[in-house]
Amino acid sequence: MAFHYELRFAGIGGQGNMLAGAIIAEAAIFFENKYATQVPTYTSQVRGGPTKADIIISDEPIYFAESTHINFFLALDQRTYNLYKGDTLDGAIVLVDSGLVNVPDEDRAKWDVYEYPIIRTAKYEVGNVITANILSVGMTGELTQVMSLDNIFKAVEKRVPPAFLELNEKAFKMGVDIAKKLKAEKGK
Amino acid sequence: MSKAQIMNGNELVSEAAIAAGCRFYAGYPITPSSEIPEHLSKRMPEVGGVFMQFEDEIASCMAAVGASYAGYKSMTASSGPGISLKQEAIGLACMMELPLVVVNVMRGGPSTGLPTRVSQADVMQARWGTHGDHMIIAVAPETLLETYTETIRAFNMAEKYRTPVYILTDAVLAHLNGRVELPDPSTLEIIDRTQPSVPPEEYNPYDVERFGEVPPLPNKEKFHDYRFHMTGLNKDKTGFPTVNKEAVEADEERMIRKITGNIKDIESFEYYKMDDAQLAIFAYGTNAAAARVAVDEAREAGIKAGMFRPITVWPFPEKQVAEIGKNFDKMIVTEINLGQMLYEVERATKGSIEISTVLQAAGVPIRPQQILDKMKEVL
Repeated sequence: MAFHYELRFAGIGGQGNMLAGAIIAEAAIFFENKYATQVPTYTSQVRGGPTKADIIISDEPIYFAESTHINFFLALDQRTYNLYKGDTLDGAIVLVDSGLVNVPDEDRAKWDVYEYPIIRTAKYEVGNVITANILSVGMTGELTQVMSLDNIFKAVEKRVPPAFLELNEKAFKMGVDIAKKLKAEKGK
Repeated sequence: MSKAQIMNGNELVSEAAIAAGCRFYAGYPITPSSEIPEHLSKRMPEVGGVFMQFEDEIASCMAAVGASYAGYKSMTASSGPGISLKQEAIGLACMMELPLVVVNVMRGGPSTGLPTRVSQADVMQARWGTHGDHMIIAVAPETLLETYTETIRAFNMAEKYRTPVYILTDAVLAHLNGRVELPDPSTLEIIDRTQPSVPPEEYNPYDVERFGEVPPLPNKEKFHDYRFHMTGLNKDKTGFPTVNKEAVEADEERMIRKITGNIKDIESFEYYKMDDAQLAIFAYGTNAAAARVAVDEAREAGIKAGMFRPITVWPFPEKQVAEIGKNFDKMIVTEINLGQMLYEVERATKGSIEISTVLQAAGVPIRPQQILDKMKEVL
């Protein structure tokens, strides 16, 4: 069967999850020559409302672009975690911000769950909270192996304003390193 | 081969408008259509066109009608609440017989409804939103590429038949970012309004006896040389009001006939895996993507399903739907509303087929699985 991978980035408005999703889709289209879609869902609130970006990457044209069989689910907020986790496949990779999302035991039994204080790390270790989404992109790339990390970073470069490129590069690399560490802890 | 790009439906409508020769955009922003004015506010000045944001939807649509009168290819865009306000100007364009492209990025309603969420609940508004006997053309693209190509076609039909044309997209298509490879501009067929060949003193904007059912209309280069009158009142060939019974009746009938009489040129539809199908699905717009996936999945499960998809949704494809009514026992009508095109399907099939529905007005797309479940239920 043709390659087909579905992701969902969920959180609250203002966290940068829509952009993170767009970067993944752009990496797939521009640097992996695949089909990809990113569909944002948000509310009327500019910040603070539940949001999600559904991303599909495929070898074939994509018609229905909402993720309904999710291979990778990222959540940076408890309410949106609860709201949007429903379409996640058994055995899928789930990444949450450990400072903001409590994963119930029944979910841990179904999914390959990774937890890390993503937003805290962006704020105190990268040095700017706005890099949380790029940190997530780095972690997503390493955890999913859905495409080459170099190609994902090329999409980051394409999107990020030059003045913030260095900071975002730091966030991206830190995200990759953290994901590697988390995988190693699980013996992967 | 053209270059792959990532664009969303709103950006594609905007770029297609420019490729089609649109050089006047007037609007008032509203979610989920706002990326159209955002994009065109940058692009219109680059191509020597005019972008204007007005105080409201009524003024902006009137301005778009005025610009069309002055010879420009013009467009306005909005969503349900704004389209309601534009109805007066759309009716004026119908009566004046001015080309106009109106984009409705459909969201939940009535009233302000669900600003950021999908619906297809304005399809009947497109048909009958403005008052009076009139015919309308509306297209409902399914995919990103089709959003581009149908926008070009919308402008072509508006120019060719001197009529408003709706492009019906929705919140999902508008914000869907995906891979597109746009056609080479040199391969696009671009139609401009026919130009008068008579001297200005002999020109009348509705002189059907001399010019045929769709008389020429000066473009922006010729507009200043041709003085002519237009009004919202029923008119004679000069564009001045008349209440003459025969003249009014002939005019009203011709305005409808110029569209229905050219249906072969205007209609557009797709039969997807219908040849050997036992069960027909009727779907349009983005919801057809869900139906397409459902058809494919049904076939994998041994159910021979097919889809009929109107791309031109108005005028309604009566003949094609009537044929399906005769040739099939069962049909599923699916749309992201509580049943609107359903009435047209029922009217066209005249009780000859058993119709089931997958309807939803919850602000979220109908999923392929819902359509698949219905197929299993009815078979």
